[in-house]
Amino acid sequence: MSATTTSHLGTQGEALREQIGFRNQARAWWRAQPQERRAAVAIAVEIALAIALFFVDHALSYGVLVLSGVYWTRRLPRLPWGLAAQVAGLALLVILAIAWRTQWSLVLLLLIGAAISWIPERRRSWGVPAVVLLLAILYPFYADKMFTMPIFGVWPDVGTGVYMLVFIMMAVGLNVVVGYAGLLDLGYVAFYATGAYTAAWFMSLQFAHVTWHFGAVGITKNLIGIHVSMWPVLLAAGCITALFGVIIGLPTLRLRGDYLAIVTLGFGEILPQIARNGDSLGGFNLTNGPNGITPIDAPGFGHTISRITGGFLPANYLECCSRTVNVGFLHIHHQIQSYDVFFWTAIVLLLFTVFCSLRLQYSRLGRAWIAIREDETAAAAMGIPLMRTKTWAYASGAFFGGIAGAYYAVFKSATFPGDFFFNISVFILCMVILGGMGNIWGVIVGAAFLAYLNQEGLSNTGAWLQTNIHVGGWRPSFDPSLYASGIYGVIILVVMLFRPEGLMPSRRRAAELHEGVHDEPLYDHEQAGSTA
Amino acid sequence: MAADASAQALPARFRRPSLVSSFGLLLVLLLLVWLGVNLVKTPADFFDVFLIGLTTGCVYALVALGYTLVYGILELINFAHGDVFMIGGMVTITYGVSIFNLHQGQGWVIVPIVFVVLILSMLTCGLLNAAIEFIAYRPLRHAPRLAPLLTAIGASFIIEDIGLAWKGPNYVSAPDVFPHSAVFTIGGVTYEWNKLLVVLITAPVLFGLTYLIQRTRQGKAMRATAQDRDASAMMGINVNRTISFTFLIAGMLAGAAGLLYALYVTTVRFDQGFQLGLIAFTAAVFGGIGNLPGAVLGAILIGLIQAFNEGLNWHAPGSDWTESIVFSILILILVFRPEGLLGEQTPEGG
Repeated sequence: MSATTTSHLGTQGEALREQIGFRNQARAWWRAQPQERRAAVAIAVEIALAIALFFVDHALSYGVLVLSGVYWTRRLPRLPWGLAAQVAGLALLVILAIAWRTQWSLVLLLLIGAAISWIPERRRSWGVPAVVLLLAILYPFYADKMFTMPIFGVWPDVGTGVYMLVFIMMAVGLNVVVGYAGLLDLGYVAFYATGAYTAAWFMSLQFAHVTWHFGAVGITKNLIGIHVSMWPVLLAAGCITALFGVIIGLPTLRLRGDYLAIVTLGFGEILPQIARNGDSLGGFNLTNGPNGITPIDAPGFGHTISRITGGFLPANYLECCSRTVNVGFLHIHHQIQSYDVFFWTAIVLLLFTVFCSLRLQYSRLGRAWIAIREDETAAAAMGIPLMRTKTWAYASGAFFGGIAGAYYAVFKSATFPGDFFFNISVFILCMVILGGMGNIWGVIVGAAFLAYLNQEGLSNTGAWLQTNIHVGGWRPSFDPSLYASGIYGVIILVVMLFRPEGLMPSRRRAAELHEGVHDEPLYDHEQAGSTA
Repeated sequence: MAADASAQALPARFRRPSLVSSFGLLLVLLLLVWLGVNLVKTPADFFDVFLIGLTTGCVYALVALGYTLVYGILELINFAHGDVFMIGGMVTITYGVSIFNLHQGQGWVIVPIVFVVLILSMLTCGLLNAAIEFIAYRPLRHAPRLAPLLTAIGASFIIEDIGLAWKGPNYVSAPDVFPHSAVFTIGGVTYEWNKLLVVLITAPVLFGLTYLIQRTRQGKAMRATAQDRDASAMMGINVNRTISFTFLIAGMLAGAAGLLYALYVTTVRFDQGFQLGLIAFTAAVFGGIGNLPGAVLGAILIGLIQAFNEGLNWHAPGSDWTESIVFSILILILVFRPEGLLGEQTPEGG
């Protein structure tokens, strides 16, 4: 419906598109209805859905009502009706919470949500992320107090939180390659693997014939192997992976888009195989083969820094921490554990990634990426060096992938070649697609959701399905986590077919994806003419 | 974009033997030396392995043709193709065992049975492939090229999981119905019937395909659509139907390959299709994507390389490295000779 879509054959304009196919006709009919009728039908459907779901799971119907309530309140004029409706809704919620003993965490979350919706429009781009960030930082304190979600069950524990943050980081990194520069990378797992093995090499007993220590914590003096503190290793992992990205990129970035995809896929398959067979490369044990490299040293700041900061920065993550945080009126009594510290460190790393990614987006380089994505020939004509720009995209994407991989290896204290399958590449790609290629906030939301599904959500869903769904005597007995890759396949397919710009699109990318290729083909008009 | 690329590439190739191309030549020379040494050292092993490679090459050829047909007409890497092939293997096992009760040592009765199962498997896979095109690729005909590539990956994962849900995570074994008796033995090298049967089934399928594409009206429509979709639409060709037909044919080839693989190797697993599909895609690129004889040549070469790698004794990397070697070949071809051995034939490349 936008003005950018060019009219077909110059005469028939937009009307043509609404005549083709059942879906378009139905949509056109729906749009032609008066607004009140549409709203009434929608609300009726929502209430019917809520009643139907009430027999499956009470919380689910509650969720539908709350969501539709929020949606319709937002459509009211803000003052006074919007405010009044929200206050009324929240009051009802509080009364229901007292009467039905709804968990208070749900009520609080909804209150926070209502507060967020009152952040003024022009502050929203920073306000919402800031609130979410604050909630994320405090998450370890209230994780065990959270309510039970319908379908997905309990909220993720802090360990899963670290996993999610690491994968969000990788998705943000891949977003630079796929979303900004429009290069399809099907071998992102190669970067993850490079980062993980870099960490393993510099922080373990792997190279037993050398003994070299540099700021590592929690190991005995004169321990064999290379032991370096995690912080320089993270940087090194990023740089080595970026270099590796350049090495992959230089010969392959000249190729057409689909060839590039398959070559990156090839690298993504070769590298894990090298890791798997790398226990005797010409007699040298590089990767310890299928047994993987484990354990990897604990991260930490060392005693000196820890003492200077008064124990705020822990000396050794694994021997952490003795402090307890008490907030009496919220019933929070939480002893800080090493997982919490890993979680906060991951947040800091993610913040760094997001910051870099945001700054890159509208930099000279970022604009060059967008230009290449939209039209390579035109970009070259404008004097953008194609190879160099693309290589930079690869290197930046690889850099973040390397850091994330290294940090995750340190967190797990191990790296195995079996972790680096093609599925992981597609999994990360799926995060980027679901959230919205090119929009960093969308990518973060998509990645958080999918990473949670992968780690806990799918098995919880399976358990929920088994207890709550029964049609006659039949109960679903399958485990959805076995079919994770198929579920990603469905997500990719559905998103690309129905909403190619993702759930939270970048406006510019959406326009590109809807406009399509510039040379309008003739044969569909011919066919459309014969059917119309 | 491609037009100016090829315009640059041509004179550059005639002008000077660059560092890059001499490196490529050096690699080929090394490969030949390695093969020569192996031939002199253990000639019997060499020919044994050669025959194995030829047989696997035939299976790859059928899959590679599917990739190359689809790429030739749509410029799309149909990632789901390998998984369609896997479904073909499973369908073969299901039809063969549960309907026709195929089992080992039946003698020549198997010939009509295998023929019927072949037809059924080809039809199933053909329809499956056409359905994939209808659902996943047709709505995205005018979207940016990234979009159908992504749905192809999605479709591939979905079909892989259908295989997983259907047959479980373990190897499904097929009855070993092809006889293992020798056709001939020369100097210690035996050629068994099961290998010959693979070739005997592949060859007519290939001839049928060639006839279809070169001699029939529908084949002409396919070639025209591959050359220029808009122009062929103006000539009265129903482009969408032609593309569907191409997917049907490609799927049928994958079905035939699935049958051969299931009965020759006798085990199929849900995730084998993707790996083998990538190898077959490499073969298609090796021969020149879009080029049908090229796909067959590339597939047989890849089959031989794989067999030599896994079977030879003198300094062979072994089966641990097969994928790495195949993908290295893919990368080297794309870097040194992106048009493949026999030249690519795509709408873009001319």
